Amino acid sequence: MSDVYIGGIDMLAFGKYPERSVESLGGEAALGALDDAGLSIRDVQALYAGSLMQASANPGQRILKEIGQTGIPVVNCANACATGATAFREGWTAVKAGLYDAVLAVGVEKLAGAGMLGGGGSKGISSEGLLGSDSMPCVFAEAGMEHARQYGTTFEQFAMISVKNHHHSTMNPKARYRMETPLEEVMNAEMISYPNTKLMCSVNVDGAAAAVILSEKKVKELGLSSRAVKVRASVLMTDPYTPRDQVMPDVNTCTRNAASAAWEMAGVGPTDLDLVELHDCFATAEVLHYENLGLCADGDAPKLIDDRDTWLGGRIPVNVSGGLLSKGHPIGATGIANLYEVSTHLRGDAGERQVEGARLGLTHVIGLGTCCGIHVLEAPSS
Amino acid sequence: MSDDAAAAGPLPIVPYLKLPEGGDPYLEGHRCAACGAYFLGQRDVCGACGARGRMEAVELSRNGELHAYSITHRSFPGIEVPFVSAIVDLDGGGTIKTNLIGIDPDPEKISMGMKVEVVFQIAPRKDREGNEYMTFAVQPANRGD
Ligand SMILES: [Zn+2]
Repeated sequence: MSDVYIGGIDMLAFGKYPERSVESLGGEAALGALDDAGLSIRDVQALYAGSLMQASANPGQRILKEIGQTGIPVVNCANACATGATAFREGWTAVKAGLYDAVLAVGVEKLAGAGMLGGGGSKGISSEGLLGSDSMPCVFAEAGMEHARQYGTTFEQFAMISVKNHHHSTMNPKARYRMETPLEEVMNAEMISYPNTKLMCSVNVDGAAAAVILSEKKVKELGLSSRAVKVRASVLMTDPYTPRDQVMPDVNTCTRNAASAAWEMAGVGPTDLDLVELHDCFATAEVLHYENLGLCADGDAPKLIDDRDTWLGGRIPVNVSGGLLSKGHPIGATGIANLYEVSTHLRGDAGERQVEGARLGLTHVIGLGTCCGIHVLEAPSS
Repeated sequence: MSDDAAAAGPLPIVPYLKLPEGGDPYLEGHRCAACGAYFLGQRDVCGACGARGRMEAVELSRNGELHAYSITHRSFPGIEVPFVSAIVDLDGGGTIKTNLIGIDPDPEKISMGMKVEVVFQIAPRKDREGNEYMTFAVQPANRGD
């Protein structure tokens, strides 16, 4: 089977686009990715569109009506917070299988101004506040407290994640927020669901990102070898049964299973990585994923935080884009935007926030319900 | 309307809360006889091992241990805060999520691993038709009341 590459990739700055439609945002990202690869929409053989809120309303076809209605196959998908990664992986699968040589994956979401997410509708009366809370900040707080129980992780250590990611975002012109948030400010922000304060919750924003996925043959034909980023692993996993998962979604087992599949597919391990963009939907979540992704041994995440190993310049920089906490989290776009971030570093184009000499990077997203997407990317041969 | 609701008695907030006539409320689990996995709510196929027709209804214990929690200060509109959202492992099997009551919503006061017990109470809200609901919570065990 062919090796598969990202031949072009782009994202819109995350933020608020009240006047713009989903297809307009998605279309602009798609054109940006095509320009990056030096291709036209006429070169694209299939489109994979991810949008959690819009998947049932043909966002892919609407994007093509904006940028070129070529009549190609379109797949629209929703898969919780793994929506963008799922769209990308569908494209990867088709190219890997030899069905196509050039496809497009687009992730797009309009989420600015959306309230707190979580909880489903139910018959009878709402159980919120009677049977605990189904809000996302609470669900991920409970997962963080399980870690605190096991390893003594402190409120301050959780809060430091947010200090770091906000700091990183000051160097990213595409981040929603670009401001330093000192530790006291993070800890004293409005408490949403202990230990997650408002500054420890991801930001609802509008956004779009797109990637051109190419076969090895196409990369050579187009002379893109010095720019194309190799996809060393593409993995999607769901949650196997674990005893508490009916009331406490198990984001750990799902991520661990996806990570071990990724190591096997890529033939590398966590110590080979130069940077990681992981799913910091809440500050508590990032701590769990340090261990789930093998960036440190189980129980060592608090030490990793204290030693500042995951800051830019540290042993294994995590979320140098600013992460979901500060760059923003437009759900369907998130899983392609993190591929954009890692690809940008692997091409040496990340400017002020460049991870020096980055050769191998990992992206991770996880959506409740539960699904985890992981990609391992390798720098162009140059 | 409230008279009718009272005559019918409260409805369970979730299907796995059972309200036997003339008996005490209890939580019902379903246990797989093939692999021992516990579930809340009725089912015919085991989600853990896939066995069919091996699920057995069991009364879950009223005693358990606080596994993890969060203190929710901001919830959905109209929900009274703060409250403690708790994950509780019940003795003998089964895990539930509910409010932890009878304790200050303060991380200094709450310790994971503490023993708790399930209590049943009428919910403070009714549905659109005015029906009353029975809900449940957990409180620190052995409070002597
Ligand atoms: Zn079973």
